[in-house]
Amino acid sequence: MAFRDGPFENLKVPLVWTAAVAVVVCAVGAILLLLSDQRAPASPYSGARSGVETVAGPVGGVLSAPVRWFGQISDGIGGYFFAVSENRRLKRQLAELEPWRDQAIALKNINARYEAMLGIRPEPPVPMVTARSVSDSRGPFSNARLLDVGSARGVKVGNPAINEHGLVGRIVGTSGGVSRMLLLTDVASRTPVLVDRTDARAILTGDGSGNPRLEFVRGVDSVQPGDRILTSGDGGAFPRGLPIGVAARGVDGSWRVKLFSDRGAIDYVRILMFEDFGQLVDPEALNAPPLAALGTLSDATPEQAAAVEDAAARRAAAAEAALERAAAAAAASPPAATPAPAPSTGGAE
Amino acid sequence: MRRPVAVRVVGPVQWIFIPALIALAATILLATPVELFGLNLPEPVIPMVLAFAWALIRPSIVAPVVLTALGLFLDVFWYGPLGLWPLALLAIYAVVLGSRSFLIGQETAVLFVWYAACCGLAFLIAWLVTSFLASNPPSILALLGQVAPTLLLFPFADRMVERFEDGDVRFR
Repeated sequence: MAFRDGPFENLKVPLVWTAAVAVVVCAVGAILLLLSDQRAPASPYSGARSGVETVAGPVGGVLSAPVRWFGQISDGIGGYFFAVSENRRLKRQLAELEPWRDQAIALKNINARYEAMLGIRPEPPVPMVTARSVSDSRGPFSNARLLDVGSARGVKVGNPAINEHGLVGRIVGTSGGVSRMLLLTDVASRTPVLVDRTDARAILTGDGSGNPRLEFVRGVDSVQPGDRILTSGDGGAFPRGLPIGVAARGVDGSWRVKLFSDRGAIDYVRILMFEDFGQLVDPEALNAPPLAALGTLSDATPEQAAAVEDAAARRAAAAEAALERAAAAAAASPPAATPAPAPSTGGAE
Repeated sequence: MRRPVAVRVVGPVQWIFIPALIALAATILLATPVELFGLNLPEPVIPMVLAFAWALIRPSIVAPVVLTALGLFLDVFWYGPLGLWPLALLAIYAVVLGSRSFLIGQETAVLFVWYAACCGLAFLIAWLVTSFLASNPPSILALLGQVAPTLLLFPFADRMVERFEDGDVRFR
């Protein structure tokens, strides 16, 4: 029996109802997706995200190519017509910076000597890879960029990204040739920072606006307008000392940061291959029990042994001399005061 | 003898799939990192135009499904939590679908007020969901920066409604 011959032959469902049912089903699906996705690399949908980004990256690269060419042409024209004034400005700037350069060289030298004297192991240089921004999302709900390098060039989730002015963001997703960079202004971005002047710690929290907030500022009056804000390195996600911006009061009275990275277009960035503190030393050495390295020490040379014995003998002699001095001082001192007898008379002596 | 009446049929390809592809292409285009004089390209939520117009043109099962797909694309492309924009777009579609009998035939100004209200509702949902998931409310000023260009897209919604509302005589 055909369906139309059955009892449902004259059944007609209004189109609005079927559309409403479709809306409800899709909305329930969207809510379930919201509950199950956390935008984290461990999300079950990270593969789908990577797939879309792998396709969107080259498309964005093609679309941004004319913009880049136009920018290069306009830069060339501007450079041609303003070469003289630019030359004067650069000469003046060079004259101002030369004393700073000499001072930086001297400080670097002194710093290296201090590090050698104190036995400090400085952080090794962090390798970098240059990337170009090919797509951009700027709304209040997400601030992220697609970069045209990915895991094939060694980029990993968590790597910080900087431009020529300061910290821009960090990598939150990678595929073969494309990676996703979360900007400092994103609503999900949290960055441990310090105030350069007072060394006070705070958390830089993005909210979708151009100037992220400074939250959890430690200390009273530890921030002033104009203070430089740097990465603190706390937690190990970022190296310490990357410039971020300057502190300023927002219209709502909260502390905000004017980002250095906004001084120019974020078209090219450098991705630091910095993961965390664990890469600076051998992880096995970190996990070793205390003083385990003593067993790996080589035998002391005769000179070292003599120096050690000499130092030990001197310490023993010094301790013995101190004991003798203490004993002599105890013998020479008057006996412990006894309670004076009560005066029997008027006390005239 | 009566002459046969020519029935003009406007299928989902014309009023759903092609506008959806245009919205998708425009979204990708506007994500190009262009900065002129310190200003970036605007970033409206273009599928909101479709969510408003599709519900007015005619009730359909395909439209909510395509809206969900467009919303998921926005979530992935803009790196938002999956499900955020489908929920916001479906909210617009549901409200307009429920008030369709009231809205059909109204003046353009009334439609714009309704469009603005629906967009406001969708952005409110997105703001609340983001605030809840990130434990951090997005900036209101930044939100207005996305609401304004989205409202400026109303002429496209009005044009779609005018073009397709009576396009298929079977739905008159």
